[in-house]
Amino acid sequence: MAYGDSAIPTTWWRNWVAFQTILIKEVHRFARIWVQTILPSAITTGLYLLIFGNLIGDRIGVMDGFTYMDYIVPGIIMLSIITNSYGNVVSSFYGTKFQRHIEELLIAPVPNWLILAGYVCGGVARGLTVGVLVTIVAAVFTDLELAHPLLVVLIAILTATVFAIGGFINAIYAKSFDDISIVPTFVLTPLTYLGGVFYSISLLAPFWQGASLLNPILYMVNAFRYGFLGVSDIPVAVAFALIVVFIVGLGGWALHLLNRGTGIKS
Amino acid sequence: MNALSIRNLEKRYPNGVYALRGIDLDVAEGEFFALLGPNGAGKSTAIGIIASLVNKTAGQVSVFGHDLDTDLAGAKASIGLVPQEFNFNQFETVIQIVLNQAGYYGIPRSRARERAERYLKQLGLWEKRDVVSRELSGGMKRRLMIARALIHEPRLLILDEPTAGVDIEIRRSMWRFLEDINRRGISIILTTHYLEEAESLCSTVAVINHGRIVEYGTVSELLHKLNYETFVLNVRGSVTGLEPVEGYSMTARLDGALEVEVPKDTGINRLFEALSEQGVEVLSMRNKTNRLEEFFMRLVEDQRRDAA
Ligand SMILES: Nc1ncnc2c1ncn2[C@@H]1O[C@H](COP(=O)(O)OP(=O)(O)OP(=O)(O)O)[C@@H](O)[C@H]1O
Ligand SMILES: [Mg+2]
Repeated sequence: MAYGDSAIPTTWWRNWVAFQTILIKEVHRFARIWVQTILPSAITTGLYLLIFGNLIGDRIGVMDGFTYMDYIVPGIIMLSIITNSYGNVVSSFYGTKFQRHIEELLIAPVPNWLILAGYVCGGVARGLTVGVLVTIVAAVFTDLELAHPLLVVLIAILTATVFAIGGFINAIYAKSFDDISIVPTFVLTPLTYLGGVFYSISLLAPFWQGASLLNPILYMVNAFRYGFLGVSDIPVAVAFALIVVFIVGLGGWALHLLNRGTGIKS
Repeated sequence: MNALSIRNLEKRYPNGVYALRGIDLDVAEGEFFALLGPNGAGKSTAIGIIASLVNKTAGQVSVFGHDLDTDLAGAKASIGLVPQEFNFNQFETVIQIVLNQAGYYGIPRSRARERAERYLKQLGLWEKRDVVSRELSGGMKRRLMIARALIHEPRLLILDEPTAGVDIEIRRSMWRFLEDINRRGISIILTTHYLEEAESLCSTVAVINHGRIVEYGTVSELLHKLNYETFVLNVRGSVTGLEPVEGYSMTARLDGALEVEVPKDTGINRLFEALSEQGVEVLSMRNKTNRLEEFFMRLVEDQRRDAA
C-alpha cells in the first residue's frame, strides 16, 4: 500500500477541511469555558444598563432625540463585541503558542492565511455570540428597534474581524501572559469608552471633538448606532471605508508576521 | 528515491548559537535510521528544520523528492513528527487531538475516525480516548504523539526520543509497533540515547556532534570504534591496595566494587586469574555505562584533544 498517496486530497478541499477544523476547535474552546468567555459580558452589560440606563439615565434626559438608555445600547453591544473578539483570539492563539500545539498546525500543510482566517473567524464567532446575548439582555431593559438591520449585522461582523485580527497580532508578539492584557487594558478599553459609547461627541468642546475623530472605535460605534437608531456623529460610509482599511492593513501585517515566523519559529 | 536528503544544512539561532554547521545526510526509502549524538548536538534542530518548525539558515532539505523551498506542502504531507517535548493541548481529549491533527491535513472526519480508532487501539490508548491529555501518564503521552503523527499516513515518520521516560515493557511494545510499520513500508528516523534501541531497530546510524555529522554507518561499525570497554566487578575481598595488572586499568570504587577498563581485543581471563592470585573473587560483572554514552564521551574527549 502506498502510504500518503491515496490520502492526498485536492488543495482546495484540504484547506476547507483544515479551516473547519480550526474554527470548530475555536468555538469548542470558548463554549467549554463559557463562564469565563460568555457570561462576564452579559453581566457587565446588564449592570451598565441598569445603572447608566435605568437609574442615572432618567436624569440625563434625551440624547440626540433618544432616551439615554436607547442611546447607549448600541455602543454597549459594540463594546462587548470588540472586547470579546479581541480577547478570544489573543488568549487562544497565545495559549496555542505557549502550550506549543501551534506546532500541530506548523507541521501540517496549512497555509498561513488559513491559520489566520481560522483563528479570526473563531474570534468573530465569539464576538457575535456575546453580541447577540448582550442584545437579548438589552431587550429586557428597553424596546429595541433596528432602523437598518442589515447594516447592524455587517458592521458587527466587520468590526469583530478588525479586533480579532488585532488580537492575533497581539498574541504573536506576546511573550508572557501579561503581554496579552496590556493592549486590552491600556488601549482598547480607553478608546472604547472615549469612542462615544456613552455620549455624543457633539457634547464635547471642539478640540476634543477633533481629537475624538482620530479614534477609530468612534466610527465603528457610530456606524453601529446608526444601524439601530438612524443617527450618527459621522458619515457611515466613512466608517465603512475605515473598517475595510483596518481589516486589509492589519490582516496584511498579521500574515507578514506569520510568514516570517515571528514569535513562532526560531 | 531517498526518503530524506539533506545538503549542507546550517542553522544559526538568533541568539548566535551555531546548532548545525553544514550537514549532509541521506536516508533511503524504507530505512530505519537512527540519529544519535550527545545532548545539545543538534538533533532536534535538524528535525525541527525538516518538519518546518525551525527556519534553516542555509542548505537544502527534500523529503521524497519534495524540496522544502519549492514544494513545502508535498514535503509536509509526507512527514509524521513525534517531537521531543509534549506539544498538545492539555485540555483536549485524546481523540480530539488526533482528529484535529487529521483535520489540519485535510482528512475528512469519517476517515479520520476510522484511522484514529485503528492507531489508538494499536497503541493501547483506545480506552483512554475521552481522557483529557493532561491526565495521561508520560508513556501514554508519548504514544498519543505517535498516533497523532500517523493519522495522515506519512511515508516518513520522525521520532525525537520517543522512548524517553517510558518503562521497559512499553518501550519494547513501542519497538515492535515501530518495526511493524517500518515493515509495512514507512521509513523511520529516530533519535535516542539508548544504544539498545538503535542496535535492535536501526539499520543505519549517523552520529552528530557540535552540529556536524561525525560518524555514519551501522551500529556495529560504530561500536567497533570504541577502543576500550569499562566493567564494574562485584568482588569478595578487599579492593584497596591491589597490585596493578598489566594491560588493564583498575580503580577501586567507594562501594567496594572494582572498575576496570579493558582495551578492545583483550580478553578478560587474564584479569580474573591475576585477581584470584591476589585473593579477590569476582562475584558478578556488568558494563559500566551505556556503551553509547561511552562512545559519546570518547567523541567529546577526542575533539578536545584535537582542539588542544
Ligand atoms: N530555540 C533555540 N534558540 C537558541 N538556541 C537553541 C534553540 N534550540 C536549541 N538551541 C541550541 O542549539 C543547540 C542544539 O540543540 P538541539 O536541541 O538541537 O540538541 P539535541 O541534539 O536535540 O540535544 P538533546 O539530546 O539534549 O535533545 C544547543 O546548543 C541548544 O542550546
Ligand atoms: Mg533534542
